[in-house]
Amino acid sequence: MSKIDNKIPAVPLAEKWSKHKESIKVVSPANKRKLDVIVVGTGLAGASAAASLAELGYNVHAFCYQDSPRRAHSISAQGGINAAKNYQNDNDSVFRLFFDTIKGGDYRSREANVYRLAEVSPNIIDQCVAQGVPFAREYGGTLANRSFGGVLVSRTFYARGQTGQQLLLGAYGALNRQVAKGSVKMYTRHEMLDVVIVDGKARGIIARDMVNGEVKRFGAHAVVVATGGYGNVFFLSTNAMGCNGSAVWQCYKKGAWFANPCFVQIHPTCIPVHGDQQSKLTLMSESLRNDGRVWVPKKKEDAEKLQKGEISPNDIPDEARDFYLERRYPSYGNLVPRDVASRAAKERCDAGFGVNNTGKAVYLDFKYSIERLGKDVIEARYGNLFQMYEKITDVDPYKEPMMIYPAIHYTMGGLWVDYNLMTNIPGLYAIGEANFSDHGANRLGASALMQGLADGYFVLPYTIGDYLANEIMTPKIDTSIPEFEEAEKSVTGRLEKLFNIKGTEPVDHFHKELGHIMWDYVGMSRNAEGLKTAVEKMKKLKKEFWANVLVPGEMSNVNPELEKAGRVADFIDIGILMAQDALDRKESCGGHFREESVTDEGEAKRDDEDFTYASCWEYKGEDAEPVLNKEDLEFENVALTQRSYK
Amino acid sequence: MADVILKKIYVKVWRQNNVRAKGRFETYEVENISQGSSFLEMLDILNDKLIREGKDPIAFDHDCREGICGTCSLYVNGRAHGPDRDITTCQLHMRKFNEGETITIEPWRAGAFPVIKDLMVDRTAFEKIQQAGGFVSVNTGGVPDGNAIPIGYEDAEEAMDAAACIGCGACVATCKNSSAMLFVAAKVSQLAKLPQGKVEGKRRAKAMVAKMDELGFGGCTNTGACELECPKGISISHIARLNREYLKAKFSD
Amino acid sequence: MSKGSFLNASVGRKFLMSITGLFLIMFLLVHMSINLLLIFDDSGDLFNIAAHFMATNPFIKIIEPVLALGFAIHILWSIIITIQNMRARPVKYLKSNQAVNSTWASRNMFILGAMLFVYIGIHLYNFWWKMKFAGDPLLEHITVMQAGVPVEMENAYALVATLFKESVIYDIVYIIGGVLLGLHVSHGFWSAFQTIGFNNHIWRKRLFVLAQVIGAIFAIGFSVIPLYFLIKF
Ligand SMILES: Cc1cc2nc3c(=O)[nH]c(=O)nc-3n(C[C@H](O)[C@H](O)[C@H](O)COP(=O)(O)OP(=O)(O)OC[C@H]3O[C@@H](n4cnc5c(N)ncnc54)[C@H](O)[C@@H]3O)c2cc1C
Ligand code: HEM
Ligand code: SF4
Ligand code: FES
Repeated sequence: MSKIDNKIPAVPLAEKWSKHKESIKVVSPANKRKLDVIVVGTGLAGASAAASLAELGYNVHAFCYQDSPRRAHSISAQGGINAAKNYQNDNDSVFRLFFDTIKGGDYRSREANVYRLAEVSPNIIDQCVAQGVPFAREYGGTLANRSFGGVLVSRTFYARGQTGQQLLLGAYGALNRQVAKGSVKMYTRHEMLDVVIVDGKARGIIARDMVNGEVKRFGAHAVVVATGGYGNVFFLSTNAMGCNGSAVWQCYKKGAWFANPCFVQIHPTCIPVHGDQQSKLTLMSESLRNDGRVWVPKKKEDAEKLQKGEISPNDIPDEARDFYLERRYPSYGNLVPRDVASRAAKERCDAGFGVNNTGKAVYLDFKYSIERLGKDVIEARYGNLFQMYEKITDVDPYKEPMMIYPAIHYTMGGLWVDYNLMTNIPGLYAIGEANFSDHGANRLGASALMQGLADGYFVLPYTIGDYLANEIMTPKIDTSIPEFEEAEKSVTGRLEKLFNIKGTEPVDHFHKELGHIMWDYVGMSRNAEGLKTAVEKMKKLKKEFWANVLVPGEMSNVNPELEKAGRVADFIDIGILMAQDALDRKESCGGHFREESVTDEGEAKRDDEDFTYASCWEYKGEDAEPVLNKEDLEFENVALTQRSYK
Repeated sequence: MADVILKKIYVKVWRQNNVRAKGRFETYEVENISQGSSFLEMLDILNDKLIREGKDPIAFDHDCREGICGTCSLYVNGRAHGPDRDITTCQLHMRKFNEGETITIEPWRAGAFPVIKDLMVDRTAFEKIQQAGGFVSVNTGGVPDGNAIPIGYEDAEEAMDAAACIGCGACVATCKNSSAMLFVAAKVSQLAKLPQGKVEGKRRAKAMVAKMDELGFGGCTNTGACELECPKGISISHIARLNREYLKAKFSD
Repeated sequence: MSKGSFLNASVGRKFLMSITGLFLIMFLLVHMSINLLLIFDDSGDLFNIAAHFMATNPFIKIIEPVLALGFAIHILWSIIITIQNMRARPVKYLKSNQAVNSTWASRNMFILGAMLFVYIGIHLYNFWWKMKFAGDPLLEHITVMQAGVPVEMENAYALVATLFKESVIYDIVYIIGGVLLGLHVSHGFWSAFQTIGFNNHIWRKRLFVLAQVIGAIFAIGFSVIPLYFLIKF
């Protein structure tokens, strides 16, 4: 098989981005006005891209499924955003951020992309400050930082526990400014249901107006997909209810490769599941691990009593507490990366030391830091998170330790993109969580926000020019051509099909079922046997779904069930691909843990010999098996070592 | 924590098929709801039942279900976001309700927020207000270093207090005048507190207030209800700052 | 400044309300102080002297039309604002539990104001109209020693005292009026400062407390007079 061309310039790492920028084409202002760009998704990545592209002079058409770009899932990011500013004088640097990210990603990401990410990271902070993002400050007026898991420096910028919100509102402001100027046309409550390919190039999308059900065509010279992650495959996750993989999946079905679908991040600090009526899980920011200590009882009797509610955690003396992260990983302690912390929690709970009534929870205790720093300090740092916790659980975390358990949080996998963030379909770009590019097999905390904004503000606006420079002679895209007609017909056809099944089970029934299969077999710990079972079960579920789903309401009206039906249909397909990818990757790396591949101490064991590649899945038709292409990952600047946080 | 189950409750919900349709209230029974469940999970369960009975489920807006996106927007038992302080509807839990209770659920009511369907309203007016001036006019790139302009701790904190607004519209919903002053004030005040935002402060205050008036929101009579029902506790002190900014701008015209 | 747009903007309209409102409060403070003389001197001389001073002072002559204008603007704009605000919610709530988030007075400023309007009308008819235009036998001139000099003036005291001594109905009307005014001001005072932008999280509490105090002073100050006559005579 021929080597995949990822367009990375063959110059030393630190020069790649600047050399690349010098070599790519630029479009003149007069020509930019004639070019249309569709941006699907206006979260951090999409909003920043749409605003920046419009500032440059392109005609932007932006879409989101919520009633406002400000509600994109990026809004929920709590903890912070990384940047190699070295404001703390703790010897941080672009290289160190690059290195931490590569290592945190367990050596399954591209050096060039990650280096570029680290390189532009300081600009993001400057940009956001200029937009009026109220980052936390020191008394002297300079920007404050905190630490996050998996690193030894303090480089995370934050705005209380609402960093994602503040960054998104910054980008939203920039976007609004362009909407007011008329350079961005914003379509809210519009869901993209297909991408239109004309002569091999992405030329537009088909979207459904979620208020009146109308299916519409939109043409453009390039299409940017920024629709976020597909974590909701698992039903229960920390993602917003509407997060979906459908836009990405439609691109995949039109020929774009889906890379590393099995790389999913499981976040260690979420509020545990309370019962079977639950609809979603709530994250407690990773930043809490700065000041909270994770523990379970040392003695099983204590755990059992806790499970039955006979004693309270405060009854257990310090000597009888097992601070298992500090015990197992003395140098990083409570700040080990997410995948490590999650597995350690699962290990303790599986061994019978879990602490709530389901036995699936561990403690995150602030007693020690409250003693050390005082309640006021803790309240200033995490007040809103503590309040959130109390509202949900009815337990006051100032008095009793929080209970936490891992939950699905983020998807590292996504559409394959080259160094220009273009998929293998010309003119189709993917940015933010929707692409696969920067986090390898595990994402470090506070890096998703960084990546989304890097893509949107500082990478795509340059790289898209290289493609659009060749499109200046292409007139406005005519959406009455057969390709659009056909795409629209197939979208309408599929909606009608879903609507007309009129089976007996509502959509959520299938989604929950899918979630169970995924969590049990394609979750925190995977093996060949289980993965095969999962594929079988999901294929069966797919049949049932298409035979028996019940979609109520009307086609031409607001219809959340119809929306969900389309998404769940795609989730089932995505789930199958995830399991197949997980099956292929017989090593443990990052968030992907194969029980067959462990060290003697039970830690994850990578296999660099056979698996130093990004898996790029290619769709071959509804009934055919997808084909796996491999992009070899080359490491010239870091030595591949087994990750250790001991 | 023993899980208390509400064996039966009643929900009285506003049903309206679309913007033009006439609406009405309907009452439904819901059984076996855990008090640990969220209010929206209760509605999910009700909807599941309605779908299975071949009825149209109740449309309501929601997304993050953790109190930050500002999508959820229900007027529950006469209060925006229901009977609890400092929360959004999605953070409301069933432990706030009693066995056998009838819970009244209405959409946000304001001329500027027309009902789209059932409990879902159109808050595009908020978008338009933001587009009128809720930003700092900087392009991407070419900005100074983040630490070039020091911002005092207190100022940054106060800006953040205002910036915490999630744009849910509870302030409008709860205000007897359907005024959007708290929402507008949150943005104007945030940016007025920061050197970056001060530059175009006058233009912003005038433009956003003018847009708010144009869109048919009522005026502020300082009842303070918005502040108490705002899930993020945005203080009406920010409204005073907006007034100050606005009057300063107008008097220097 | 384009006046038209300012006075039509929500904030501009409210600005007028607050300026006129504060002006009315200032006037009423003076008015109330003088009125209180009614109950500190049963001979009526103190009150008569003050009333005479007020009636003849050139400054007051200028203030009078301004005051009338203030009232007019305050009332006119209050009507405009109230209509506008009611229009902003075409469909009302079935169930609205506002008692938990705001004071009754703050929600009912127009109703309070409208009742005040009636009260002021009655009041103007009872005294101002009679003193200025219609005349009344009770107002027959008397001579009061002022700084050792005899001065001739109307017996305003007799007019007021007689009304309060003889009519329980009027006593009650005036007591209610005082309370209404107190309520109106208990919100209006701090609200006015909020409207002109003189407020922040520190002043907030102070102004609110001050508003309650001034409201109470008005309520007590104005109703104690009829109460005094009601009880004493
Ligand atoms: C609870 C939580 C906390 C987090 N905390 C942090 C943190 O502290 N630091 C950090 O770095 N990262 C954090 N993350 C991760 C980070 O928030 C996300 O990865 C990131 O915000 C994704 O941004 P995005 O722009 O790619 O996508 P999103 O913000 O998910 O935006 C997706 C956009 O696409 C639109 N869309 C989706 N599908 C369609 C469709 N079919 N048609 C039309 N539009 C569509 C949506 O409307 C939305 O506008 C957190 C994530 C979660 C869940
Ligand atoms: C008798 C003397 C009166 C005084 C001292 C007075 C005082 C005030 C003050 C200080 C305010 C607050 C202004 C602001 O919030 O900016 C106010 C508001 C108001 N007044 Fe008066 N007022 C008086 C009479 C009236 C009358 C006669 C009416 C109506 C007919 C009226 C109706 C209103 C209304 C509707 C408001 C606005 C309510 C609000 O914004 O909360 N007032 N008044
Ligand atoms: S000010 Fe408060 S109530 Fe109003 S929109 Fe913002 S968060 Fe919601
Ligand atoms: S659903 Fe996001 S705030 Fe309630």
